[in-house]
Amino acid sequence: MLFLSPSWILLLLFFITPMLLTFGFAFTNLSLTGTDAANIQFIGFQNFANMFQDPEFRVSVFRTIVFLLFSAVIGQVVLGLIIALLMKEKRRGFRRFIGVIVIAGWVTPEIVVAFCWVAFLSDAGTFNSILQGIGFEPITWLFTFPMVSVIIANIWHGTAFSMMVFQAALDDVPKSVQEAAVIDGASRWQVFFRVTLPIVKGSIVTNMMLVTLQTLGVFTLIYTMTGGGPGNATQILPIFMYNQAFVNYQFGYGTAISLVLLVIGTIASLLYMRFMKVKL
Amino acid sequence: MWKSAKGICLFMLIFILVTMAACSSNTESPDGKKELTVVYRSPGSVDSLKKFFDSGVVDEFEKEHPDIDVKIAPITASEGDYFSKVALQMKSAETAPDVVSEDTFMLNSDANAGYLEPLDDRISDWDEWGNIIENLKSGVTAEDGKVYGVPSTSDSRGLWYSKELFQEAGLPVPWEPKNWNDVLDAAITIKEKTDGVTPLFMQVGKANGEAVSMQTLEMLLYGTGDTLYDETDKKWVVDSPGLLDSFRFIEQVYNKENLGPDFSVVMSGQSGNVAFQQLFPQKKLAIALDGSWNARNWAENGAAPIENVEEKIGFAPMPTQEGQDPGTITMSGGWAWAIPSKADMKEEAWEFIQFLMEKENSISRSLTDGNLNTRTDAVEVEAYVNRPYAKEAQAFLENAQFRPANDKYPAVSTQLQTVVEAVATGKLSPDDAVEQYKAGVERVVGKENTKVAE
Repeated sequence: MLFLSPSWILLLLFFITPMLLTFGFAFTNLSLTGTDAANIQFIGFQNFANMFQDPEFRVSVFRTIVFLLFSAVIGQVVLGLIIALLMKEKRRGFRRFIGVIVIAGWVTPEIVVAFCWVAFLSDAGTFNSILQGIGFEPITWLFTFPMVSVIIANIWHGTAFSMMVFQAALDDVPKSVQEAAVIDGASRWQVFFRVTLPIVKGSIVTNMMLVTLQTLGVFTLIYTMTGGGPGNATQILPIFMYNQAFVNYQFGYGTAISLVLLVIGTIASLLYMRFMKVKL
Repeated sequence: MWKSAKGICLFMLIFILVTMAACSSNTESPDGKKELTVVYRSPGSVDSLKKFFDSGVVDEFEKEHPDIDVKIAPITASEGDYFSKVALQMKSAETAPDVVSEDTFMLNSDANAGYLEPLDDRISDWDEWGNIIENLKSGVTAEDGKVYGVPSTSDSRGLWYSKELFQEAGLPVPWEPKNWNDVLDAAITIKEKTDGVTPLFMQVGKANGEAVSMQTLEMLLYGTGDTLYDETDKKWVVDSPGLLDSFRFIEQVYNKENLGPDFSVVMSGQSGNVAFQQLFPQKKLAIALDGSWNARNWAENGAAPIENVEEKIGFAPMPTQEGQDPGTITMSGGWAWAIPSKADMKEEAWEFIQFLMEKENSISRSLTDGNLNTRTDAVEVEAYVNRPYAKEAQAFLENAQFRPANDKYPAVSTQLQTVVEAVATGKLSPDDAVEQYKAGVERVVGKENTKVAE
């Protein structure tokens, strides 16, 4: 125990204390400036009461779920699985070539991804130039389809992670099992859904959880691409939280929102485990 | 293996110790002089205040005060981020600067938070205080009645209009709109008589933050006789006829008559730049309701220089709703020099502020950065008055109104921005907008702090 103390102290200092502080501040009127900054007070559940009365909050939660569903679950996980399946048992050169392209999106820092997509989708951007080149009217993508734009950008950025997890999982599926199924007369679909998928179920759940939690924290990408706008069209919870904490200077309120984010992440993770009947 | 691991640990330990030592604050510069830190917001590439400091002003001060080393430490950030960063700096004695540039609308909040030093004793012994424009002093006085800053720059807002387009459309130049209808009529005439021209631009995109509240909504609202905040009752006015009329005007411009630019332009955070650096110089915009500082775009060293600009573009005062007294209206803001309460060189900081506010230095700054001067005697200086639009912009200040000096203003302003954008894009009717604004403000300031105007 004594020899573990350095790591205990570090954990206590840098993980547990901030977590407890967050929890505590969510019940105060902590503010960056103004009278409230001079005297912090415990205000009970006032922040949460305000939050649930705020129509903007409810819409933000809805947008967060849409963003999560389309960019993380449908986009990254499903697309990642499809790419991994398609690449399975292809030639090594081919795998490497495609792999590098997909992973390029993943290794690119979030802020660079955002800039790339702004450059691509902006009014006078690459995509519109191409469209005009072949005779179409330019479309103001980031204004007309803001949510779609950020979802696609996030899929582009994150798919490689799911792909790699699934590749590793699929490679671990013993060939003999699949061959046995084929000999028993199973079709290719049956082999996939009845044999392969159940074997990699654990990886899918783990991956879903990781991707979900990461997507719940997406801030840089959206903030850079649309700033949460136009209007509030892409204001998901992390951006809502930022606006409350650093634009309106209501730190306590912002902290309370972050707790709600945490709850959403936990619920999503539990749901996955329940649906897939997996124990971690 | 063990040896190298130990080596790495040792290296990391030393690294941490060295960096931590570097973090500790030190007000002594290497040559034994006291370091006076001056913090302000830099917009990035074109930092005119830095240009002013580098023009020899700092050198002169250091020559007069050989024991002081002035450290100019701009924060490059958007306005909102600047306020956060400065507030965080001022929170701790370790990081508090000695002189800080405060936007007058944050000054009250920061004073209430205890971040700023009251200056009453100091200004009572200072002759130059009498030379500061009286109207602006209310902008640096907090709710407790104490003065927390010295107004360093000011601004006013009005209607920029293209004289060339007005002539093409057969409208009078110079233009003197007497009420809101005149403004609307002129814009409609432009729409009918010219081609490919945006008649009227007002900031309504939430991405532009405070500009939406101040340049658009408050310019309208304060011209109806209603206000955002009742200073005597200390209550927020959440519902008033003026507010409804202001929303109706915005609806009419953007939604009914379609007089504004494309929404893809309006909604982006760049809309101001597009309007003043592209549309106006290209004669594609007829009228814009915006701030006096935009003139610097067209100066010789500006982003979009225009020759003989005063012949091509005019600056008219914004009329009140029906032309009621005082006839025209402007919101005014500006910045002030202040001393953080945790600064460790308050005396020297005050010396420096006094020095910056001397007539010569103060005017030389205005000439560099294009803002309005805060001294009454600035209008006597030819170089200052001859600057394009300086006379007009300075004259507007006579009817200047200021934003509520209240902690909750930033949060209320956010509510306004959301509602204004929704009205402009047609998502909310003016009546619903008032309802939503009322609900929003009641939530952020508490219902007991609001009232409905009779």
